[in-house]
Amino acid sequence: MFGVLFEQTADGQRYIDWLLSGLGWTLALAFFGWWIAFGIGVVVGVGRTVKNRLFSTLARLYVEIFRNIPVLVQMFLWYFVFPEVVPSAIGNAIKEMPPPWASFFPALLCLGLYTASRIAEQVRAGIEALPRGQVEAANALGLGGYPTYRYIVVPQALRLILPSLTSEVMGIYKNTSVALTIGLMELTAQARQISEATFQTFSAFGAATIAYLCLALIAYRGMTLIDRAVRIPGTTPAKLAVDPELADVQQAGALPGAMEAVK
Amino acid sequence: MNALDFSIIAQSWPYLWSGLLFSLSLTAAAFAIGMVLGTCLALVQHFELPGLAQVVRAYVALIRSIPLILVLFWFFFLVPIVLGHLSGSGRPIPISATYTAFITFGLFEAAYYSEIIRVGLRAVNKGQFEACQALALSTYYTYRQIVLPQVFRVASPIILSQTIILFQDTSLVYVLSLTDLLGAASKLAQLNGRLVEMYLFVAVVYLVISSAGSQCVASLRKRYSLASR
Repeated sequence: MFGVLFEQTADGQRYIDWLLSGLGWTLALAFFGWWIAFGIGVVVGVGRTVKNRLFSTLARLYVEIFRNIPVLVQMFLWYFVFPEVVPSAIGNAIKEMPPPWASFFPALLCLGLYTASRIAEQVRAGIEALPRGQVEAANALGLGGYPTYRYIVVPQALRLILPSLTSEVMGIYKNTSVALTIGLMELTAQARQISEATFQTFSAFGAATIAYLCLALIAYRGMTLIDRAVRIPGTTPAKLAVDPELADVQQAGALPGAMEAVK
Repeated sequence: MNALDFSIIAQSWPYLWSGLLFSLSLTAAAFAIGMVLGTCLALVQHFELPGLAQVVRAYVALIRSIPLILVLFWFFFLVPIVLGHLSGSGRPIPISATYTAFITFGLFEAAYYSEIIRVGLRAVNKGQFEACQALALSTYYTYRQIVLPQVFRVASPIILSQTIILFQDTSLVYVLSLTDLLGAASKLAQLNGRLVEMYLFVAVVYLVISSAGSQCVASLRKRYSLASR
């Protein structure tokens, strides 16, 4: 069934090489996008819980804007609109980037910032789920605002929300496929290209589907291992997901807690 | 950079409006199909129907691990073939991209809704089932009148936020060249070259509708959490 993948293409490669290069772009986008998202997400998530009105309003605005515009529209904003609205020197420099990078960087930025808004909500839920005694004890020990967050609140919150971050990992690699609309030849785009070149639609999409399934499995297993290593003793993912205080964690959709609660 | 000129939006409003209507009707249809089918899928898993439960579980896991765009491509390719088989002619029956989109979104969302409802079913207090048994209610009556209403109420914020995600995801029908809100804007943008205004406007429309939805989620959640304490 997958024999077609090993046939020669017009450009002297095999079709499977197309798929692998697509997989490479998908992985690169998901991996680097994840770290952008994680960094910004933690900062914004913390920002949503601080007392400072300015910070919490800015953080809230960030989340509202990036979470409520579809990824595809954001993709177009970064790819088509952004170079037009920045000063023309920068805009032209962006437009003159060589082909794969001209779609890769907008896609990276788009996925990173979009996923950050979702991670920020998880981080906020995690922080709000911590017992208040943690912050009070830190205050009693004379820790200021920054050390309290840096050493007490954020590390515990991150350990709490780890199960629901799994769904964000799976979300970001699935969303990489949206990059095909701005011309990045990632996995789904390559599968479509193979199907158009060979008319072996079933094999082409089947191979891509299997690749995505493997990625999902790896992400799931990896996050389970990390969770097992860092989970706060005495808490279980199941408890985490059912806890009404963490409704926001579940809220991120069917994705998070839901899946973990079962295992 | 040229000066922004939003009068172009007013001129092309009727076309954009029809696109928005398509987005909304796709959302509504997918919601209806997804909820009905999703509840069935959840119940099949809840009752552990032999054989069927495994198939459903595999379907839900599969759909949830691959990107929606790939699912759209799959259905675009598969639905005519399946219809051909069903009709007995054995030859693919071409159907319009619009119907494909409706079918795909319905089946795709069913997987997501079923997961929400399945978790909701587990959250219902055991005492409710025991009370139903003590009152000798039939299984159908128990689920129809006692259990499912509670599930829907508990899960209503999550269901609504999944529906907001669904509304945003309908923009992906762009890959099937359909004329939803984004599709309409991009077709106009290619004609008149006003990319910046068109895409900014579309972003604002999505932002306003989805934010309004998020506010509803927040108030639903508040109401529910008050009722439970």
